[in-house]
Amino acid sequence: MKNSSQHDSTWDVDLIEKTIKSLKDKPGALLPILHAIQSVCGYIPKDTISLIAKALNQTSAEIHGVISFYHYFRTSPSGNHSIQVCRGEACQARGSRALETYVKGKLKINYHEKTPDGEFDLTAVYCLGNCARGPSIRVGDDIIGSVDKNKFNQIINTLTTFVVELN
Amino acid sequence: MSIKVFIPRDTVSLAHNGEKVSQIIQAEASIRNIDINIIRNGSRGLCWLEPMIEIETSQGRIAYGPVEVSDIPALFDQGMLDGTEQHTLYLGKTEDIPYLKNQQRLTFSRAGIIDPVSLSDYQAHDGFKGLTRAIELISSTNSGQMIVDEVKLSGLRGRGGAAFPTGIKWQTVHDCSPTQKYIVCNADEGDSGTFADRLVMEADPFMLIEGMIIAGLAVGATRGYIYLRSEYPVAHTILNEAISGAYATNFLGNNIQGSKHTFHLEVRLGAEAYICGEETSLLESLEGKRGLVRFKPPLPAIEGLFGQPTVVNNVLSLAAIPYILACGGQAYADFGMGRSRGTLPFQLAGNLKYGGLVELAFGTTLRDIIEKFGGGSASKRPMRAIQVGGPLGAYLPESQWDTQLDYEAFSAIGAVLGHGGIVVFDDTVDMVEQARFSMEFCVAESCGKCTPCRIGSTRGVEVIDKITTSTDSTALNAYLELLDDLCETMIHGSLCAMGGMTPIPVQSALKYFPEDLPQIKGFLISPTQQQR
Ligand SMILES: Cc1cc2nc3c(=O)[nH]c(=O)nc-3n(C[C@H](O)[C@H](O)[C@H](O)COP(=O)(O)O)c2cc1C
Ligand code: SF4
Ligand code: FES
Repeated sequence: MKNSSQHDSTWDVDLIEKTIKSLKDKPGALLPILHAIQSVCGYIPKDTISLIAKALNQTSAEIHGVISFYHYFRTSPSGNHSIQVCRGEACQARGSRALETYVKGKLKINYHEKTPDGEFDLTAVYCLGNCARGPSIRVGDDIIGSVDKNKFNQIINTLTTFVVELN
Repeated sequence: MSIKVFIPRDTVSLAHNGEKVSQIIQAEASIRNIDINIIRNGSRGLCWLEPMIEIETSQGRIAYGPVEVSDIPALFDQGMLDGTEQHTLYLGKTEDIPYLKNQQRLTFSRAGIIDPVSLSDYQAHDGFKGLTRAIELISSTNSGQMIVDEVKLSGLRGRGGAAFPTGIKWQTVHDCSPTQKYIVCNADEGDSGTFADRLVMEADPFMLIEGMIIAGLAVGATRGYIYLRSEYPVAHTILNEAISGAYATNFLGNNIQGSKHTFHLEVRLGAEAYICGEETSLLESLEGKRGLVRFKPPLPAIEGLFGQPTVVNNVLSLAAIPYILACGGQAYADFGMGRSRGTLPFQLAGNLKYGGLVELAFGTTLRDIIEKFGGGSASKRPMRAIQVGGPLGAYLPESQWDTQLDYEAFSAIGAVLGHGGIVVFDDTVDMVEQARFSMEFCVAESCGKCTPCRIGSTRGVEVIDKITTSTDSTALNAYLELLDDLCETMIHGSLCAMGGMTPIPVQSALKYFPEDLPQIKGFLISPTQQQR
């Protein structure tokens, strides 16, 4: 977990401060702020917490407590692609348990881990609303249905090729 | 004249390449010099046919599906744009598809027909008639009481799970003295196997907005929030488009449609916590806190969001309101059986050939709906267990499939209808694994406030593991009894239904499918097992 202990310079303090400022006066502003930061940075950088706390007149510990309560918020950088496998019952009934095992084997990681090259991270999710056409996965903001081993391999291949082309 | 082509933009369509299909159809039409007008509608809820494409013809809309990118050239060659029946994906007139024709769609009457973010489409299909009537009722009496009465007359009970009468909840908030009140829409749709809320939001979001405005008028609330699960990015986009459309046309904001009424509405995203579907946990989350369940009383209706009187209703409850106001509470109550009035949008999911949304009046049997609509299992293997009502609902063996889909009938067999999710498993399912999963889910999703739920579920997983690895019948019986005790403690000692109902799937799985327990020589199902 090298990344999380490094001092982060991957995010733009001004941008984060602006974001916090634009949201802090909403009633119940904390979740909207956390969502906004995570969508900009891909995670909630440790050093943003004191900024949020200050803006909302709360302690850093309180902000931490909220972040840790929700599965969605993360405090270490995600992979280039975040993959979520649906573990809901309807997907289980369509083969998601086997898919889950396959995905972990293929990426050689477990839930809440990241591949060594930083390409993928993996988490579980409980229902994406595609329950009649599972197994379902989510990659970033895309939900993909009827995923079997072959389709998963194709998805992974497309994602990695795309990145290589970009570099 | 350009040809109208409907291509759904709902999650299921997009999850099966719907975006690409739409692009390629446009490109193909351009190459062939054909003028088409693609409308990104919502889904009709025939999930297994998505992306289901419709062509508007002089005889009505003709459907094709499920369409893959590779089908497109042939579909064009074989006259799709004329609505001919040559291609194998031809489904005929959409409204004649039996799956649709055999439903009683009140809430989903517009789903898939209209462009979800077109206000003129919405209005052309009876949209905002309920609101108009609500404004009339309130202007003639200067009170929301007549709106509340209409909802009471409909017999509508909350569709989020607890089935509490909506009219009575509204009455409580209505009766609180004037102050800042809120309407909160519970769009957390946490139950796996359910997607009716999602379909409302993706196919007909103005209906939900209209329902919330009416609720606001009824109880005197000027502000509303939709608490949406973050797992629904497509619904999020569509809802926001619809809300800005409603603001732009003054269906939201101050002095709605020239009246003296105000209603402001905003979507707030959850963050992957099942417990935040529980209404008080949801309110904590909206307030920016950890989603810890609150003690009741006070009821949210009296002290809810930011301590103010608050209506918390499920998407489907609020979505039923425009119909009830437009056609009258009695028209809605004319559907259904016993104390379950109106319709419930059932969601057929899991291992079925034809999964999708089936809106029907309460009262048909589970077997009926599965047989008439489900088309058998997707795997072509025998069906074995059906879980109804989400992850806290019972697993039903075939002997119980003749139960009527009605709140009371289900509770009489120790099961729940909940949000109407129906998840079918074939004979490859291992019911002990399912029982273990229910406990594991509770470990992952407990808010942690009470011990029976937080610790009990962890112990539950351990005990079930011991059950699976038992090698002698004495040990097995002892562990089964221990699990029973644990379940009783969870049922009686938990603050909310998360801990209180997790034993339902666990115990039903083991009680009705004991053959999945380790087959140990000399092991007899224990007397307590038999009694249950
Ligand atoms: C653990 C738990 C999860 C729940 N999840 C949801 C949910 O996802 N959506 C929902 O509408 N209600 C959910 N509920 C029910 C709500 O607490 C509440 O009863 C409902 O929002 C009230 O609206 P209604 O009367 O319109 O059903 C849940 C309840 C519990 C105990
Ligand atoms: S039963 Fe579970 S989820 Fe409900 S309040 Fe107790 S600990 Fe929280
Ligand atoms: S259970 Fe997997 S998408 Fe609903």
